[in-house]
Amino acid sequence: MSAAQATVRADAAAGSSGASPLRRAWRTFRRDRVAMAALWLLAILAVAALSGKALTEWWVVFDPAVVRLPDGLLPPLSRARADRIPAADLPAFGVYLLGTDDLGRDVFARMLQGSFVSLSIGVVSVAISLAIGVALGGLAGYYGPRRLLGFVSVDGVVMRLTDVMLCFPSFFLILTVVALLPPSIYNIMLVIGLTGWMGTARFVRAEFLSLRERDFVLAAEALGLPRRRIIYRHMMPNAMAPVLVSATLGVAGAILTESGLSFLGFGVRPPFATWGNILADGRAYLFDAPWLFFVPGLAIFVVVLAFNLVGEGLREAFDPRLGGGPR
Amino acid sequence: MTRFLARALGQRLVLLAVISVIAHAVVHLAPGEPSAVDPMNPRLKPEDVARIRAAFHLDQPLHLQYAHWMRDLLSGELRSFKDGQPVLPRIFDRFLNSVPIFLVATLIQWCLAFPTGIAAAVRRGSAFDRGSTVASYALISLPSFFLAYVLVLAVVNAFDVPVIGMHTFGTETGTPWLRAMDRLWHLVLPSLLSAVLGVAVLSRYVRSQMLEVIAQDYVRTARAKGLPEDDVVYRHALRNALLPFVTMFGLVLPGLVGGSVIVEQIFAWPGIGRLAYDAVLTRDFPMILTLNLIGAVLTLAGTLLSDVLYAVVDPRVRVSA
Repeated sequence: MSAAQATVRADAAAGSSGASPLRRAWRTFRRDRVAMAALWLLAILAVAALSGKALTEWWVVFDPAVVRLPDGLLPPLSRARADRIPAADLPAFGVYLLGTDDLGRDVFARMLQGSFVSLSIGVVSVAISLAIGVALGGLAGYYGPRRLLGFVSVDGVVMRLTDVMLCFPSFFLILTVVALLPPSIYNIMLVIGLTGWMGTARFVRAEFLSLRERDFVLAAEALGLPRRRIIYRHMMPNAMAPVLVSATLGVAGAILTESGLSFLGFGVRPPFATWGNILADGRAYLFDAPWLFFVPGLAIFVVVLAFNLVGEGLREAFDPRLGGGPR
Repeated sequence: MTRFLARALGQRLVLLAVISVIAHAVVHLAPGEPSAVDPMNPRLKPEDVARIRAAFHLDQPLHLQYAHWMRDLLSGELRSFKDGQPVLPRIFDRFLNSVPIFLVATLIQWCLAFPTGIAAAVRRGSAFDRGSTVASYALISLPSFFLAYVLVLAVVNAFDVPVIGMHTFGTETGTPWLRAMDRLWHLVLPSLLSAVLGVAVLSRYVRSQMLEVIAQDYVRTARAKGLPEDDVVYRHALRNALLPFVTMFGLVLPGLVGGSVIVEQIFAWPGIGRLAYDAVLTRDFPMILTLNLIGAVLTLAGTLLSDVLYAVVDPRVRVSA
């Protein structure tokens, strides 16, 4: 390692202005206590979702599917009535942590299972919309002026496509397509993803347009680097900050959209439990068993709030105009 | 200006045509025809299904179906698959019901979001600022129907008044004054709920816009001249901070169609959102397509309006023909 490199490393470690933009952003982010708390919450949620998947499907400790009719609509923390249900159907530790629903299914087990499904709906649909948005936005931003078939520019085609997609009332479009397609969790992910890429495409394009004119891209081109390398190694990482922010906010939006679809009866079908459809089913028992409504409702609220707060924290951390402090 | 308008209109008409073709293709190519809504019904024989399909032109190639739809729509003869009623008058009826919610909700949004955003920006970092930030994040993060149910429960428990529907059952024979007040009261909750998300988002936006303007040099100059703080904020800063919001006047328009499905469903409000929901449930293709098209028209009209307004308000924006 040369002396110069060593100083750069030392600079980065000391957190001076020589640090990489990512590291600087991380430092700003870490100082934001609310965003950090939200990030921890999301980490816990990720663990919960993974362990939920493991504990409800692979190594069944909490079985979300067992129906125990004598134990229907029990409040949280009530003990299972061992004299009335078979021993094999008893919940773990003999306690319903979050109560039971009308069929006597363990709400805690269903929430655990649902955490994985809800989270994967959010993440997968956002991944789809990001992939499309970044690809199209990058295409329009980098190859913009190039002509297709002699009379339309790449930029024109992509942007008109974005305009067309923006013209559909989005929730109504999702509703229509979900209602027409056979009900499945993958269709819901796909539809939410396919209808949400327009914003990403727009700002990736804008970012690429401005990056194209920057000196380092010019230098890379002058060095004769292959175009693929320029796009993926030099331009893409510099355009990622807003993408990351909108991805975080997008997951929050997707989880809310899923719960809205569940409410209208177009959500994920059984046997999959999602927080959205537990909540939607729970509203029938609002008076008899309020926990069926409030447990998933508050869970969705907390998780979506955490995603939103992390997203905002990231936005502040990446915004170079900011010297820190609340904005 | 005329050339700009003509050009913008032309572009939007082309876009609209493309949108109508895509919407038509998506709806018709997706599985699940109107004739397949009730596949288990033993009394629905194959020849009946064929008759239904022929009556709706569903047995014809896609481009002919498109032509049928367009011809019927433009001549006003378009009829619903479900009950054979003309589509446009029904949409117009429902539209009249949705407009009050939309107007009141928009009014609530703007009246709440602007003072909150401005106050938060002016007193940046204060308890009010932090409180409004937390509140707006909380409102953004709640599933709308969860909030609606909690609110309905709270209101019904606290005031013991009916809130669902457009009017209270049994007031049809009351005095006009009673009916009007009843109608107004029934408007309150749905509008408030439609407005909630908008208030949260808009106030954040107002705040960041205001912060940006306050940090500018001419505002510092105004302060340095010794102007009273209120003059600086409301006469100098606010005017420029408002510019981007002029464009938003146009962008709220599409909310008329798609924005209110859940709220109208909860409050049993016979508006456009519920019409759309019912149309989707029964695979009422003409209705779905027409509503989608109206949504697109509103969006395009909204962007046009915002472009024009922006050019009118901000002299720096030059209209290029």
